Amino acid sequence: MSTESLIFEMGAPGRRAATLFDMDVPETPLTDLLPADALRATEAPLPEVSEIEIVRHYTHLAQRNFSVDSGFYPLGSCTMKYNPKVNEDMASLPGFARLHPLQDDATAQGAIELAYHLEQILAEIAGMARVTVQPSAGAHGEITGLMVIKAYHASRNEVHRNIVLIPDGAHGTNPASATLADYETVELRSDARGGVDLDHLREVLNENVAALMMTNPNTLGVFDENIVEIARMVHAAGGQIYYDGANANAIMGLARPGDMGFDVVHFNLHKTCSTPHGGGGPGAGPIGVAAHLVPFLPGPLPARDADGTYRWADAGPQSIGRVRANNGNFLVLVRAYTYLRFHGAAGVRQVSENAILNANYVMHALKDRYTLPFDRTCMHEFVFSANRQKAHGVTATDIGKRLLDFGIHAPTVYFPLIVSEALMIEPTETETRETLDNFIQVMRQIADEAENDPETVQHAPHTTTVGRLDQTLAARKPRLRWSPGDAPRTSEKSVPVGASR
Amino acid sequence: MNYVPNTVDELRDMLRALGAETMEDLLGAIPAEVRLQRSLDLPPALSEPALKRHLGALAAKNLNLDTAVSFLGAGSYDRVVPSVVAHLAKRSEFLTSYTPYQPEVSQGMLQATYEFQTMVCQITGMPVANASLYDGATAVVEAALMAVGPGGRGEVLISRGVDPQYRATLATYAHTRGFTMREIALDNGATSTRDLEKQITPETKAVIVQQPNFFGVVEDMRACEAITHTTKALFVAAVSEPASLAVLAPPGEYNADIVAAEGASLGNPIGYGGPALGLFATKADLLKRMPGRLVGETVDDRGQRGFVLTLQAREQQIRREKATSNICTNQALLAVFATVYLAALGRAGFREMGVQCVQRAHYAYDQVRAIPGVTPIFDRPFFDEFAVTLPRPVAEVNRALAKQGIIGGYDLGRDYPELGANAALFCVTEARTRDDIDQLTSVLKEAVL
Repeated sequence: MSTESLIFEMGAPGRRAATLFDMDVPETPLTDLLPADALRATEAPLPEVSEIEIVRHYTHLAQRNFSVDSGFYPLGSCTMKYNPKVNEDMASLPGFARLHPLQDDATAQGAIELAYHLEQILAEIAGMARVTVQPSAGAHGEITGLMVIKAYHASRNEVHRNIVLIPDGAHGTNPASATLADYETVELRSDARGGVDLDHLREVLNENVAALMMTNPNTLGVFDENIVEIARMVHAAGGQIYYDGANANAIMGLARPGDMGFDVVHFNLHKTCSTPHGGGGPGAGPIGVAAHLVPFLPGPLPARDADGTYRWADAGPQSIGRVRANNGNFLVLVRAYTYLRFHGAAGVRQVSENAILNANYVMHALKDRYTLPFDRTCMHEFVFSANRQKAHGVTATDIGKRLLDFGIHAPTVYFPLIVSEALMIEPTETETRETLDNFIQVMRQIADEAENDPETVQHAPHTTTVGRLDQTLAARKPRLRWSPGDAPRTSEKSVPVGASR
Repeated sequence: MNYVPNTVDELRDMLRALGAETMEDLLGAIPAEVRLQRSLDLPPALSEPALKRHLGALAAKNLNLDTAVSFLGAGSYDRVVPSVVAHLAKRSEFLTSYTPYQPEVSQGMLQATYEFQTMVCQITGMPVANASLYDGATAVVEAALMAVGPGGRGEVLISRGVDPQYRATLATYAHTRGFTMREIALDNGATSTRDLEKQITPETKAVIVQQPNFFGVVEDMRACEAITHTTKALFVAAVSEPASLAVLAPPGEYNADIVAAEGASLGNPIGYGGPALGLFATKADLLKRMPGRLVGETVDDRGQRGFVLTLQAREQQIRREKATSNICTNQALLAVFATVYLAALGRAGFREMGVQCVQRAHYAYDQVRAIPGVTPIFDRPFFDEFAVTLPRPVAEVNRALAKQGIIGGYDLGRDYPELGANAALFCVTEARTRDDIDQLTSVLKEAVL
């Protein structure tokens, strides 16, 4: 039996786990204290389970989940590097984990000091004038940065600027954030070398352009050599240039977005700075800005007074305002600060150099078997096309699924959109050479299988607790919560021939 | 020295395999004019033991809720959290996994999220809930954006009783997106239904009311809902104190269209306010407009039950500029904490927790208002927070309390200047014992003299 019951299907009426303090205050009937029609008529139908059932259940669920701690996770653009244990210990210190966000600044000096210094460290790495740690994730950093840019243009009476340029290889969050900021998006073509097509940029640049958003290195893992010229062109047209920091693991100590001409940068601390992804979050997406944009940053911002006292300072009159409650994803910031203090300047440079080395090592060893659409030295990641395997009926998805059989997570597939059958591979710097060599050997075996035994790849995975799942059924007739008496679901598809058991 | 395993020898061999001599040979794509020609100016690297001393010293500068007795709520709540919660939710298989895009090896996270969505439905009484948003404030923003619609204009009405930080966050987004946000006035600490009736128009896309509101006051949600639904506007219930859902009528019972809530206190560390946990639930017919990730039940090719991310056609990775939201990274791990916490409390424990909040807060209310010079501000039913006027400025009183290891009430003067400098909001959850409350009362008596 390889499925695990839902928590709602366990237990028995009257069972429970947690205990609270004994009631030691006089009790008054609730109906004497609160209006009857404001009261809940029946108890929330939560599970009734004992502690041992909870422990076994969530332990089983954890065991059914792949993670960085379980194996190699070359998921492109996601920077699934090792998440140091000391980070977790530091974030669990009661002096950080047990602080109330609204307690007096005088009683939270260490916390504000940490945020203040983290901002300075990130500003130096990015080459920006000032950083705020408020945004909760990368996409939140994007919308915050775009709001800052919008406020800047408004301050110059240039509210007509309503276009954001986004390269065709960009992350999906970029156009979604631009829409959220009430901008129109125009897609920029890539050139034959995988960079921004300068002729197309020239063609679309005009007085209505508010900003260009780009990653560098871009999603092909390619550093855009024309970056200085791109920034010059955008600035000459009166636009701003935004750095999506999803790929910042490639540049620490080597090059700085500020020096490349970027006006706004976001960091994904859950990528570059090793804070864990937690199955999808939390992250943190601090943004850094050039000097002319500092007045527009959201508040509050940590400040250090002449006497060495720290406080949260309200943002100035030109600030865009608040972008969330309280002061950023603080416990994520503690982890990132721990990581950056551990490494220092030489350490973060070593991180980026080895991320680049590992990516090139893997790319070089596999490019005779997988198509490399842009055959250049890569930065921290690279993109293959599975076109050659597709000729045998084996898709990028199939290759990713087959990797799961070897205890390796799939690469990012079908992204960026400009490469057909894309396999985007990011090994990160924290992997051993043995792990990389094993991955190379497995990928070569899969390339062999694609030619000689495509069915094995097409029907993978074979060794996981569940096989391929019926996505169509999930989307066509969504069942998004458990209800009492749910009937078992049945696939409308016939079971594929040769599907393994 | 760090977490990079490559040795000097391996580095050399790997470079050689690439036909390169030095690292520099791999960095040629970075134009010389943007290559950093110096070392970054960062604080010196620290060994792990030195790091622990440094962070330990920073942490020790803060007054934390394990050593202080706190009566501060105002959007962030100190809870009794069973030990079992963190032990399970922090398991590294959850902690160090990515968004479950490969369901065959992510059933653990997917099933836990499906359980989370179910539990959010159970406590809110709503039919569908997503896999989480950043926090309560941005959940309110997403509710407003969903009501206003893509490229939409129009207006959103929000009660002045909604958490001031939520209102401030909404104002930021409203300004950027170009929709109007207007506040509904308060009457004796509750949303004025008369003002709501006066302000609501056919252009109103959403009405947002918090239950209980920022003052802890229990709102008449049924009356606000009835007025809202005389128009096409969506009725949004904001909740910042999720314990209230154990005792008060859930939003599904009073026909809310959207619930936007802060769920961090359900088992997560309070953590100086972040990361937090945005809860978002809605009606079935609004599902396609809903922001954020969703997990659904399906079957695999062997006929077994399994779970997948679904309805992704709403999301940025598929829809790009046409997505319902730009959210990608969410608060998945906090959702696992909340799931284990709600399972551990269970049906009876969750109810008991909410009831204890009410009882303990009312005991404290009776004790505090008996102190000479302390007067309640509003004459309204409340959940686990209450506002009083102190005889002296709140900041002064709180400094005196802090000396006795007590974190006092929230200074309401910051956000509600109309209440004056002496208005404080006290919070008493299930985590405060009678001794804690009696200690507050005796120290407060001295402090207000």
